[in-house]
Amino acid sequence: MTHTQLVVLGTALLGLAAGVVGVLAMLRRQALLGDVLAHATLPGLALAFLLVGSKQIEALLAGAVLSCMAAAVTVWALDRWTRLKADVRLGLVLSVFFGAGMAVLGRVQDVPGGGQAGLEAYLFGKPSAMLQRDLVWLSTLASVCLLVVTLCYKEFQVVAFDAAFARAQGWPVRFLDGLLLALIILVVVVGLPVVGVVMVSAMLILPAATARFWTNRLPVLLLLSAWMGAAMGVAGTLISAQALELPAGPTIILSGSALFVLSMLLGTKRGLLTRRNKASR
Amino acid sequence: MTGKSAWSSVLDVHDATVAYDRQPVLWDVDWTLSEPALVAIVGPNGAGKSTLLKAILGLVPLVTGEVRIFGEPIAEARHRVAYVPQRESVDWDFPATVLDVVLMGTYGRLGWFRRPGRTERQLALRCLEELGLQGLEHRQIGELSGGQQQRLFLARALAQQADMYLMDEPLAGVDAATERVVWNLLQQLRRQNRTIVVVHHDLRTVPEWFEQVVLLNTRIIASGPTQQVFTPENLQRTYGGRLVILEEAGRLLPGQRQP
Repeated sequence: MTHTQLVVLGTALLGLAAGVVGVLAMLRRQALLGDVLAHATLPGLALAFLLVGSKQIEALLAGAVLSCMAAAVTVWALDRWTRLKADVRLGLVLSVFFGAGMAVLGRVQDVPGGGQAGLEAYLFGKPSAMLQRDLVWLSTLASVCLLVVTLCYKEFQVVAFDAAFARAQGWPVRFLDGLLLALIILVVVVGLPVVGVVMVSAMLILPAATARFWTNRLPVLLLLSAWMGAAMGVAGTLISAQALELPAGPTIILSGSALFVLSMLLGTKRGLLTRRNKASR
Repeated sequence: MTGKSAWSSVLDVHDATVAYDRQPVLWDVDWTLSEPALVAIVGPNGAGKSTLLKAILGLVPLVTGEVRIFGEPIAEARHRVAYVPQRESVDWDFPATVLDVVLMGTYGRLGWFRRPGRTERQLALRCLEELGLQGLEHRQIGELSGGQQQRLFLARALAQQADMYLMDEPLAGVDAATERVVWNLLQQLRRQNRTIVVVHHDLRTVPEWFEQVVLLNTRIIASGPTQQVFTPENLQRTYGGRLVILEEAGRLLPGQRQP
């Protein structure tokens, strides 16, 4: 396998997993949570870098996961003990964690040999640095996401559509929400080295929102979103490989945005043109 | 109570108090239903009618008190209870077909991981037919009218094949056709000896439709057979000084109709 093939496959797998998980997050009204969690990885990443000294990927990812979980607990605690509305809670946690991360990042620059060298890849993404080992991670991630969503399809569906009904029927809604949260954290953390802190949340939202224009059926939506995620990963990586000055994170997101705009106009179920035609008929 | 044990009743709400942000919404609600019946819960806005259903289902925590359904705690009796939430409580833009939603009624019986199969689909189609929604099974739910959406929720509850149905405003803002279909369904369930508890807003139809009534305004004002309980005095105590409603209700009470 050439290195380009490896990178393309890796970003496709990430897009696939993010596409599937993103649909569930969107339908459960948790689309913004991915953004919050992505930004919240920064203090964990930077602290792990300070402690370990060199860029050991396992330590960095562990830091990111812990940091994510702390943010999720904070969002939950603010809900439990204050009357702040959801958007306020999310905005607050995102900026506080990201701010803390940036502060620690400032320290990293002062450490001899730190120089942000390794961390920059996590901020903006650097798929070209992908190794065989990362590909193993990404295929594991994609398999876990597909497996969990396939197994718990009907459970996630009923909770997303009507949580009160699901609880009345005896489904453990909190546990299922926790499972979804775990999937989101997994996508975010594994996606960090590929597209970076700022853009990994777009991998969750863009494919799901794009696919929604083409279908009203949940199984189709999940499949389509997975393909859209993979497609934007592949397109972005190839574009970035052609034009070396463009980092891959942004080109992946821009490819996704192009797909989104096209779908918003042309989507057969909810695209603007379809709806206009329907209305004028 | 007659000599029967309290736990042998269909539904027993004992000293239940529910509070949101320390504000009591239900206060010391004591209500026993010893036999299956068709029951209306009525009361002014904010009286805690929906909350009472949710408290019975264990969806809101009780500050004090206890609920028993068929003598068991709700966790043990869930499979015997069907819930019809308010239509506005969900997003009808959700990517699902009519059949998808009815099938959700069978999920409780299926348990983890198992998908609905042919048996469940046949049951779902029968339930749709009961509510006059046949032929719409592949429609996107957002394309249904309000009345059809309400009937879809009832079809989903029917697919739960329960012994007790708790319905939150199933007749709010529906068309005449839906009202007729729902009314037929309630009667049919009642003939099968099920218990149906309906949060109801239309006082005019209470005496004609419901055997039992619960008058609720944070506390239970009165409960029991409609003929005994649905009196102008009790309504006055439930609705306070809202005379317009009272006059209207009074005018429509049995035996008090104006010429």
